[in-house]
Amino acid sequence: MLQTIRERDDLKGLLLVGPIAFWLGLFLLVPLALMVVVSFADRGTYGDVVYRFSLDNYRALAAPEYARILGRSVEVAFWTTAMCMAAGYPLAYFIALSPPRRRWLLLFLVLVPFWTNFLIRIYAWMIILRSKGVLAAFLGAVGLLPGPAEAWFARIQLYTPGAVLVGMVYEFLPFMVLPLYASLEKLDLSLLDAAADLGARPWRAFARVTLPLSLPGIVAGSVLVFVPAMGMFVVPDLMGGAQTVLIGNLVNNQFLKARDWPLGAAASMVMLVLTLGVTLLYTRVFGSGEELVA
Amino acid sequence: MTDARHAPGRGLRLYALLAYAYLYGPIAILVVYSFNQSKFGVAWTGFTLEWYAALWDDRFVREAARNTLIVAAASTALSTVIGTAAAVGLQRYRFPARRLTEASLYVPVVIPEVVMGIAMLAFFAQAFAWLNDALGFGWRLGLATITIAHVAFSVPFVTLTVRARLAGFDRRLEEAAMDLGADEWRTFTRVTLPLILPGVVAGALLAFTLSLDDYIITLFTAGPGSTTLPLRVYAMLRQAVTPKVNALSTLWVAVVFAALLLAQWVGRPPRAVAA
Repeated sequence: MLQTIRERDDLKGLLLVGPIAFWLGLFLLVPLALMVVVSFADRGTYGDVVYRFSLDNYRALAAPEYARILGRSVEVAFWTTAMCMAAGYPLAYFIALSPPRRRWLLLFLVLVPFWTNFLIRIYAWMIILRSKGVLAAFLGAVGLLPGPAEAWFARIQLYTPGAVLVGMVYEFLPFMVLPLYASLEKLDLSLLDAAADLGARPWRAFARVTLPLSLPGIVAGSVLVFVPAMGMFVVPDLMGGAQTVLIGNLVNNQFLKARDWPLGAAASMVMLVLTLGVTLLYTRVFGSGEELVA
Repeated sequence: MTDARHAPGRGLRLYALLAYAYLYGPIAILVVYSFNQSKFGVAWTGFTLEWYAALWDDRFVREAARNTLIVAAASTALSTVIGTAAAVGLQRYRFPARRLTEASLYVPVVIPEVVMGIAMLAFFAQAFAWLNDALGFGWRLGLATITIAHVAFSVPFVTLTVRARLAGFDRRLEEAAMDLGADEWRTFTRVTLPLILPGVVAGALLAFTLSLDDYIITLFTAGPGSTTLPLRVYAMLRQAVTPKVNALSTLWVAVVFAALLLAQWVGRPPRAVAA
């Protein structure tokens, strides 16, 4: 790698970087700041925003029904992350152990479905999990439905909380595999040989060598899954029943249906603080934080 | 990390096979049913192209496709120019607020999309209310606001992609051009740009696919008459679902596959220049 030497040139730097700074500042940072302001404002009679400082929106969110939604959202985001990790780790490990020339293709194949529209991916699972859908037909054909698979199918069929989890894991799995692969790929295999020479069984070598060394990937992957999972409202909207209202749905409803923007803004602030809080805590405890940027 | 002794074992290989089946199975099912005659149910009743014909006849779908392409083309063009300029500036120069600009590139990564969406909705609504009042404009949400929003969330990806390319750039090539009498602009267009072009094209294709794909932020920044394809697909999923959605999905998947192959081909690592 060549050395990066930056010369000091205010004019050129500002001319080149000015447009992006303007764009991100005006259309991203200012709106987010406005959201903070609106969350402390009042709702007018006609659904307008009255700029008068109040904590009512945050107080309202402490009500049990909202607290339940919040708790459920964290729970769903947590399980989505955990399941993506369980499913994604072996896959990332497999790719990292494959011959170098094949790795690129194997990784590319993980990413391709992610680039097809996410509504389309949800729809694919709707076809599969419908009560008379592909999975039910398959289970019926092999004689498990009606039969031993009934209870299991009831938990993941469309319009249940289980279906939401299935949809979320499918949506976010590539976010987990990519950073996991990036850190597993750097692993020096002679360390495993050394562990084996010193008498460690494969599982122990994995737990004491591979796992700690892939920690940056685990942290980055978890954050990349947890953040969008916390805000997701489309999957519960289309795949969940009435019991799976998440905080994303709450925010969405306040803005597009109930027209109580201050309450929606406050809910989104709570979501944001929770998301950033968990992210920070997680990177603090398990990593340096640099893995997110790399 | 390759070593014959550490090649994936049989269990891991089997797992990987199942994992890829899991990733592609649902999409394959979707594609297969776009050619099925039966409108409801999972039984295969014969091959047909009628859903594709129905799709073509759907005025709303055609209009949504047109809107989607307009937004994607406009936002990609803007993102590519702004993002590439920023990559060069951030990589080469020191100037005030450099760190801050760099940090703001990561905002779209750490903030849930729904929050960006509502923030932009509130911002546009408020700004338009003031401007329309004060100056008598008739501005409202539409294709322009969707485009602005798409640039905001896709431009960081262009910058990061181009910067990755610039990081391995041999600046002696530029010095040589200058020594031979080329001015700065000429050096940029004749030496720098051709060398970073694969990064720029890859970034542009990334911005294009991000724009095509976006539902959440579009939902909040769209107005009447500016329905895009993802919004249309959502509406179709909420109404009675027919295999027309499968046909639309299949075409979409085909386009995305083609774009990805193109992006990979153009953005492949250079053979001579990269360090």
